[in-house]
Parts: sequence; C-alpha cells; structure tokens
Amino acid sequence: MSTATMESTERTRALLTSSEPRRKSVDRLMTVLIWAAFVVAMIPLVSLLWTVLVNGSGRISIDFLTYSMRGIFGGDPSGGIYHAIMGTLIITGWAALISIPIGLLTAIYLVEYGRGALARSVTFFVDVMTGIPSIVAGLFVVALMTIFLGPGARFGIMGAIALSVLMIPVVVRSCEEMLKLVPNELREASYALGVPKWLTIVRVVLRTSVAGLTTGILLAVARVIGETAPLLVAVGITDSINLNAFEGRMTTLPVFIYRQYSQGPATCREDQLNCIVDISNQNAWGAALVLIVVVMLLNIAGRLVNRWFAPKLR
Amino acid sequence: MTTTDSPQPTATPKGPVSRATARRRRSGDTERGFSRVFRWIATGAGSLILATLAAVALFLLLRAWPAITASDEEISSAVGRYPEGTSLLEFIGPLIFGTLLAAVLALALATPVAMGIGLFISHYAPRRLAQVLGYLVDLLAAIPSVVYGLWGFLVLAPVVKPIWFWLGDNLGWFPLFAGDVSATGKSLATVSVVLAVMILPIITAVSREVFLQTPKLHEEAALALGATRWEMIRTAVLPFGRSGVISAAMLGLGRALGETMAVLMIISPGFLIYSLQILAGAQHQTIAAYIALDFAEATGLAVNALIATGLALFLITMAVNMIARAIVARRKEFSGAN
Repeated sequence: MSTATMESTERTRALLTSSEPRRKSVDRLMTVLIWAAFVVAMIPLVSLLWTVLVNGSGRISIDFLTYSMRGIFGGDPSGGIYHAIMGTLIITGWAALISIPIGLLTAIYLVEYGRGALARSVTFFVDVMTGIPSIVAGLFVVALMTIFLGPGARFGIMGAIALSVLMIPVVVRSCEEMLKLVPNELREASYALGVPKWLTIVRVVLRTSVAGLTTGILLAVARVIGETAPLLVAVGITDSINLNAFEGRMTTLPVFIYRQYSQGPATCREDQLNCIVDISNQNAWGAALVLIVVVMLLNIAGRLVNRWFAPKLR
Repeated sequence: MTTTDSPQPTATPKGPVSRATARRRRSGDTERGFSRVFRWIATGAGSLILATLAAVALFLLLRAWPAITASDEEISSAVGRYPEGTSLLEFIGPLIFGTLLAAVLALALATPVAMGIGLFISHYAPRRLAQVLGYLVDLLAAIPSVVYGLWGFLVLAPVVKPIWFWLGDNLGWFPLFAGDVSATGKSLATVSVVLAVMILPIITAVSREVFLQTPKLHEEAALALGATRWEMIRTAVLPFGRSGVISAAMLGLGRALGETMAVLMIISPGFLIYSLQILAGAQHQTIAAYIALDFAEATGLAVNALIATGLALFLITMAVNMIARAIVARRKEFSGAN
C-alpha cells in the first residue's frame, strides 16, 4: 500500500467513524482487552519463573547436585538430588531410544509411502494419541507388565515405555512437518541418478531435514522430561542411587519434587543441630530449578539448532 | 550400500514373467532389494502406533475387568476408600463429575484469554515481535506440571484466597460460590485457575494458526467498507476461525481432563459427593489425581479398581480428542479459504 492510499484510507475511516463515536470506543476497548489478555498470560509465567529462581537458588550447591537422599531423615539438610538427576537422564534416555526410531520411521512412512486408509488412520490416531492423559500411559504399562513380572514390578524401563507412549506422537508430528518441507525436486534428482528409494530417503531427505528433525526431537524430549504422573505409577520412588533401568525402583526429578512437597515440614527438637524445618520444600524448589533449567536449555537448543543448521531452501 | 540391483528383472531372465512380478509391475510397485524391506519397516512403525493405542485400550480393559465384574461387597471390602456396599459406579461417578467440572471451569477461564492472545499475536502485536511473543506463550507449555503444582499451592493459593472469600461473601447465593470458603485455598477454584494457565498455550497455538489463515481479501474488504480493526476481526476473522477455535478449546479440554500433578498437589480431596461448591475444600477429586494418590498403596482388587477408573478417564479423553480432531480434519477440506 502506498502512502497516498494509506492516508486516504485513514481519512475515509475517520469520516465514517466520526459520526459514531461508539464504534471507535469499542475498537479502543477491544484493543486494550486484547493487549490485556497477553499481559494476563505473562503474569503466571514471570511469577512462576521468578519464584522458582528465588526459592531454588539458595539450595543449589555442589553437595546438593552430587549427593543422594539415602539415609537422610527429618530436617537433615545434607541430602541431594544426584539419584534423581541420574534417574531422569536414564529413563528419558531410554524413552528417547525407543521413541525416536519408531517416531521417525512412522513420519517417513506417512510422508514417503503413506497412501490409503492405513496412512489416514495413522495420521488421525497419532493426533488422538497426543491427547492421552499421562497417567493413563503409566497405568497401561503397569497393567501390561505386571501380567508378566508380578504385581510389584516397578522398573525404570517401565517408566521409559510409558514416556515413549507420550513421546512417539510428538516426534511423529514434528518430524512429519519437517520431512514435508523437503522439496520434491531433490528426491526426483536422486531417483534420476538411479539411487534406490531407501537410500534417497536416508541420504537425501533425512540429510536435508536433519536440523528440523533434531529440533523436533529435542522439543519432544523437553516435553516428557517433566512428566511426573506416569513415573509415579510405573517406577515408584527410592532414596538411593539406582543406575539400572531393568532392576528396582528409580527416582526422577519431577517425582522427587512431588515426594519432597508431600512430606511437609520436618519436626526439629530445640537443641538439634543441623535441622531445618522447611528443608523438604527447599529441596523441592531446588530440584524444580534444576528441572526448569534443563527444560529451558532443551527448548533453547532446539530453536537454535533449527535457526543455525536449517538448510537454505529457495 | 550394494543393493542397487542390476538393471531390470533379475528373477525371471527369460520366458513368461512370473505372476508376482507381473502383479507388482501392474500396480506400479517396482521396488526391489532393501527398498522393499525399508518400506515394510516404515509401514511396520506406522502400524505399531495403531497397535499401541489398541493395546492401551485392551490391557486397561483386561485388568479393569475383575473390578467391573466384582460384586459391591467384594469391591468395597477390597478398596479402603469405598464405604460398605459402594459399587464401582457409585464411586467413579463423583470423580468423573469432579474431573469434568474442573476441566470445564479451566476451559471457561482459558478460552477467552487464549483467543485474545491468538488475536494479539496474529493481528495486534508488532510484526517483528509477534514470533518472539509466541515463543513466550509456548514456554508456559514447557514448564513441568509438578512445578505448576508447587507454584499453585505455595504462591497462587495465598494470592487468590482473598478473591475467593470476597466471592463467597458477596455472591454466595450463586450455586458455584456457595458453602464455606476453604481457609487454605485448596479448592477446586484454585485448581481451575492453574489448569487454565496450563492449557492456555495449546488453545493459543491452534487458534493463532487459524486466525493467521484468514483470507487477506476478506480482511481488506472489511477494512475497505470502513470497518474499524475490531469490526474487521468480528466480521472477517472470528467467523472464519470459529470451528478452529472450537477444536482448539476441545484439545485444551482434553489436556485439562488428564492433568494429574497440579490437581493432586493443590486440591484437598473429597469423595462420594456431587458438589458444585468450588470454593469449599474437601468437595471434589479428579480421576487422574485420585489414581496418583492411591496407586502406591493399592494391592489386589484395588489395583483393578484403579485401572477401571483410569479406563473411564481414557475413554472420556479419547472421545473429546477424537471429536476435536474430526472437526479440525473436516475444516481442512472445507476451510473456506479457497
């Protein structure tokens, strides 16, 4: 639009609305309301990040990050979250190991091969699956595994399977979008050179979209790393370090936060040294800070990877 | 990498082409070697997803069955929370009610705000800032639910408590605000506010996309007729985006129904009552929070009862999500943009 048209538009609009001041005031009111809606949404975000930062930063220390809670009772402040950090890494790692191949191959199927009823129903049910409540995923794994392993079975790998039920649809969705962006000319050029289809997919399509795929996967990991409910149900909790996902219970950061929160204040005798009444809340906030930092790093890394390594498509 | 086969039919060098090969040729399927294997692997991965979803339904049903078929006496003696002679249905009913009430309230709070944010990002915010502001809203979705629970109880509840007291004092005649206002703020009202914050990002993301798809010509036509910006949005953008916003809201509803930790950490639970008093404590509980609360201690038939409860949640959220997705899918075909 040229300046002349803009000006005349403004003039016409002013002329048309001047006789009806109500329309103008309604317009102004709605502008204010719509800005207000955004501000309202930012209040919880800022408040939440600020509270976690303020309450959590006091607890962070080398000891807190490298000790477990084994043998820590009452208001003893010498415990740490090492076991929870390792549990989070191991369980999320296994979940990623299960979800990424399945999710990526499904995305490849939908983009490169998908025709007909099967592809349509896969697309539809992947969308539906993104809405499965996380606790139902946990219940499903328990319902399945306790048939074979006995009623008390709680392993890290069960949590990983529950997380992958939640993670696979997210991976499929984002990878599918990325693969669709690869121009057909690249595929056709590859076929014209006599390259078989699978090699075209692996060496051309995946290679072109690797940045976008990485972003999608990082965001999917960021999404499941904060899951609590399925792990509470399927993995249980422990105070000790357990690095074996196939034996015994594990603790992850979110479950640790919930556990500390639900313990409530400790009872300290008056003469007792080394006892802090609200230590469990402090632990919860400290772990929450670590968790949020991890999630935010994953999110930022995802965005940056996409910005820096995306192929320049014209 | 040696699967690039030698040129043309290797299986049938001379004579009549074998029937299988002929069929493949006719259907245009001329893949050989690893290409076929790869196709089967990819198709298998796709089918695995369908199988997983079926398995979720199947195994939940399988393990819930003993509880569904058990007599009232059996189940009430096996599960500590069930009073004498309570049937599974009598217990789950109020839980479903509490779940729906919390989710619907959250939706009522979140949808107008989310639409506002969607419009803000698509039509009001400065162009350069719009994307960054969109990221900021998406960050709300990245925060783990357990942190929302901490924040909701320790920060939000004290802040909103005076508001709940005011509502209870002045609007107590309204059924939702009746009853004794909880002194701790651990009520369904606080839960709904937290849930509303948690579902804001998904509703915003979907409605933002829909608003951005409004045909430019419709908008310009409205403006050319002298409409103000709001009138343009009311006459061109909102009618175009209506079905999109509806499905966005339903997706948000699905999230709110299944949310566990925020509810578990904030609410003071109440069982076996259908109560509308959202400001009072010990009146409601949601399915997801109940399962998380009781699962660790449950054994035997109690586990089956919990899985049956989870099955109810699964079916409700599946129905909501399928309706929402069906609306989105139908919209794609008749979007009106063409």
